Amino acid sequence: MSHLPSTEKKRLGVFKFASCDGCQLSLLSCEDELLALAEKVEIAHFLEASSATLPGPFDLALVEGSISTSEDIERIREIRHQSRSLVTIGACATSGGIQSLRNWADHDEYLRYVYPHPDYIDSLATSTAISDHVTVEFELRGCPVDKYQLLEVVMAFIHGRRPRIPSHSVCLECKRRGTICIAVTEGKPCLGPITQAGCGAICPAYHRACYGCFGPCAQANPPSLSEHYLADGTTPLQMIHQLRNVNAASRLFQIESNRIEAKPAAARAHE
Amino acid sequence: MSRERKIIVNALTRVEGEGALHIRLDGDEIDDVRLSIYEPPRFFEALLRGRSIEEVPDITARICGICPVAYQMSSVHALESALNITVTPEIRALRRLLYCGEWIESHALHVFLLSAPDFFGCASGIELTKQFPQQINDGLRVRKVGNALLEILGGRAIHPVNVRVGGFHRMPSREELTPLLSELEWALAAAIELADWVAGFSFPTFDATCELIAMHHPDEYSMNQGQIASTQFPTFDVDKYEQHFSEDQVAHSTALQSTRRGQTSSYLLGPLARVALNRDQLSPQAFALAKKICPVSVTQNRFASILARMIEVVSCLEESIATIQSYETANQAFVPYVVQSGFGCAATEAPRGLLYHHYEISDDGRVAGAKIVPPTSQNQRQIEFDLRGYLPQLIRESDQTIANECEKLIRTYDPCISCSSHFLTVHVVRN
Repeated sequence: MSHLPSTEKKRLGVFKFASCDGCQLSLLSCEDELLALAEKVEIAHFLEASSATLPGPFDLALVEGSISTSEDIERIREIRHQSRSLVTIGACATSGGIQSLRNWADHDEYLRYVYPHPDYIDSLATSTAISDHVTVEFELRGCPVDKYQLLEVVMAFIHGRRPRIPSHSVCLECKRRGTICIAVTEGKPCLGPITQAGCGAICPAYHRACYGCFGPCAQANPPSLSEHYLADGTTPLQMIHQLRNVNAASRLFQIESNRIEAKPAAARAHE
Repeated sequence: MSRERKIIVNALTRVEGEGALHIRLDGDEIDDVRLSIYEPPRFFEALLRGRSIEEVPDITARICGICPVAYQMSSVHALESALNITVTPEIRALRRLLYCGEWIESHALHVFLLSAPDFFGCASGIELTKQFPQQINDGLRVRKVGNALLEILGGRAIHPVNVRVGGFHRMPSREELTPLLSELEWALAAAIELADWVAGFSFPTFDATCELIAMHHPDEYSMNQGQIASTQFPTFDVDKYEQHFSEDQVAHSTALQSTRRGQTSSYLLGPLARVALNRDQLSPQAFALAKKICPVSVTQNRFASILARMIEVVSCLEESIATIQSYETANQAFVPYVVQSGFGCAATEAPRGLLYHHYEISDDGRVAGAKIVPPTSQNQRQIEFDLRGYLPQLIRESDQTIANECEKLIRTYDPCISCSSHFLTVHVVRN
């Protein structure tokens, strides 16, 4: 058996669960690189881009979207079974997405609010990340993912190396961009200090607080940050909503929003 | 021997989101046609309740990655209507510019990567590049200009961050916008040439007269504002939308489909309807192009939607150039307002057609109720109706050919299925 690297093209599969398609679209938005990428990999399954679908196995599966129906659970297991490496792309796939707000709500009430015949709907009471159901080799964060980070991840897996994706906070990107800190100078409850870099720190550059769309960063200390904002006039509900957004069900944001919710306002006032 | 044939396309490709098609034929008779949307529900209208109105444009953007601006625009217009906010002319012009960016990128995506491959029997835009490298590369470069507009005005192309109730978080400077002019001018010339290339495609004949609906504004090609106009019924104001349309359930499908109240007929939204109803308001070069490649008589051929999209790309490029040329850096990014309870609705023209939102606001500035009717929900009934109309000319073909042709027809509407995720999926067996 030869130990030389295979000259065959790696097989790429792109799959979608509950989502807006934005992260798959990021791949189609690599205008300058898309055609070059198509030379390097065989796009075996990518419904949004191609009618030609080939069966597995796949060297790399990119998975967008969260698990929110019973059929999804079966389908992700099958995709996992067919894939050498499985990478989740975007906030839905890595943390359940905006639709995970149902995890705190009455699912039946949600069904009744939106549908005249809720009994026809196949929907789980929770929306969860792919890694809650199957083993995942790498999670790429963002709502949406950054297309350059996405290309880096795809190239890394094609070449058999770890992706070089920073795990530090948005604050470093703000500094690099030369944006004046809006949390310090304007007291806006910016999630930048606990959010992973990757977006280019766009919100503070547009005079608004980061709303955490890349999810928690590696060294995040959410209680310290939220207590600072709460002491400074941000209401608990504002802080909870800031955390319960597109990455609501990411572990650190979830624990922190629950912590604020559980703590009586009176206890907070005496601290 | 049974004469029954079932044709099932389990997964529609080159559309946004996930759907399936079920056709049942009894010999040469069409027994049943169902467009099934199996996109999981995401409950946007339910999860918006209790959120601050300031968060709405960030949340509704997440309904669709291809047309987030449309959701942001319908949201903020509806909320501003509830709060009696009138934005400044500068904010209004920049909102149109942002929307131009989205129409350009969304239409170019559809034309070059999703729909054009159908006219050449190719599986993807990437495969089509082997036959037409120049055209596809130029098409993608045009798309990139649309994305660049979104990035400057919105911070990023997918889920922009700069839109807020009352205006923008930050106005762009003239210095940020003017460097785009040379690329926009290149794109305008390229798009006109590309439109000629598209006009040379071989179009299947499928003319089926139906009601076309689009917004109409007296002074401009309608995007953000206007009344609701139709080729068959009188024009009316957007705040009467729910008196005229309802989302209903029909016996053969569990999917919600929009119809005119009191009528069973379907209607068509999108670029064909807009070009038919507002053609005189296209930009000068787009109007000339429309006369050449898309006469009024063609606007009922669903396959001509690709031509209407190219015309709108040209119109948006021309408008973007004019807007940027006359833009002076404005200081007021948003109109301040007082939070109060109220009800407001608005419709804007998403790339795929009219998108209606309404919101109830509680007195502490939170969403008390929301309704969102995406274009695909409204076009879905028309798509099924058209499939029934198109099938007779295919009926003697192989099952595979019928499936392919029907999928092609569905793709011409550019259905945005994730947007329609509050559809009911087809799971029910009826007696």
